[in-house]
Amino acid sequence: MTHLLGLLAAAETVGTPIGKGLVYGLGAIGPGLGIGFLVGKSVEAMARQPEAAGMVRTTMFLGIAFTEALALIGFVLAFIIK
Amino acid sequence: MFTGILAFAKPPAGFEAPTTDVFKTACVIGHGTYCVNRVGIYIFATAIIVVGLFLAAFSKPKLVPRGLQNALEAVVEFVRNGIALEVIGTEGLPWVPFLTTMFMFIFVGNIFEVIPGIQFPVNSRTAIPAFLAGLVWILFNVAGVRAQGLGPYLKSNLFPPGVPKALYILVTPIELVSTFILRPFTLTVRLAANMIAGHLILTIFFLGTAYLLAKPATIPFAVPAFLLSVLLLGFEILVSVLQAYIFTILTAVYISGAVHPEH
Repeated sequence: MTHLLGLLAAAETVGTPIGKGLVYGLGAIGPGLGIGFLVGKSVEAMARQPEAAGMVRTTMFLGIAFTEALALIGFVLAFIIK
Repeated sequence: MFTGILAFAKPPAGFEAPTTDVFKTACVIGHGTYCVNRVGIYIFATAIIVVGLFLAAFSKPKLVPRGLQNALEAVVEFVRNGIALEVIGTEGLPWVPFLTTMFMFIFVGNIFEVIPGIQFPVNSRTAIPAFLAGLVWILFNVAGVRAQGLGPYLKSNLFPPGVPKALYILVTPIELVSTFILRPFTLTVRLAANMIAGHLILTIFFLGTAYLLAKPATIPFAVPAFLLSVLLLGFEILVSVLQAYIFTILTAVYISGAVHPEH
């Protein structure tokens, strides 16, 4: 029992870095999937219609910018956690 | 077991992992809260470099451009054709000088990260992206009010046409927050967090390389660490250009959305 309590106390002091890592790691899952899907589809579109590549690329960067913001908010949050 | 794993995961004694303290700099001119520190000098340097580059390139323009004029003409052409004309259309041409200046300012501020002797991205201090995002917020609102008038501008933003009347209870608050509050916020966070992350990664890798070089037993591990650091340096140059591009193109998208009402 004392062992468990000691472990919990230790977890409380060392939990913050783990929490910080988790905040960023969990926050990066969605945007990671999203950007992968987005770029994959854009490559497909560019391969199908090379003459539309410029337009697709611009739109792709826009989409990346919006999706990436979520991951970056997670990154900032990891620093805010005390 | 839990603590055992943690002890293993901790950095070895003697290695100080860099924290956000690497972004704090001491005062150079003056003292107290409102002084000019290293970052302040870099901001002025950024502005002077951008102005100087354009003056040097275009003060005596030649019909057949060479060297610097050629390079900067490529930048102007890229912003004009790739951003202003493609996103805003022909109404975007008056915005080309502003967009080009912003692109160059952000790019020079970012590229300071990899220049030996400076190695500090100006845009990693949140105040500078926040100021730029505030400027963009004012400009796209002013452009929208000028193009459409205050009433129609707010109406086309807050009450987008083609939505069933009952849904406005849901749509209007979302549009209000996403257009007028979240836009400058995400612009700031995107640029600042990218630069902070890049600077921290470079610091960690180069400090780690130096730490591994200190003991003879760990020198074999220092070689791949150093190679990876150099690769990351190249990656950071790419990120610098890309973030300047993304900030500029998002500015163009916001201006375009304000100038062209939704139908």
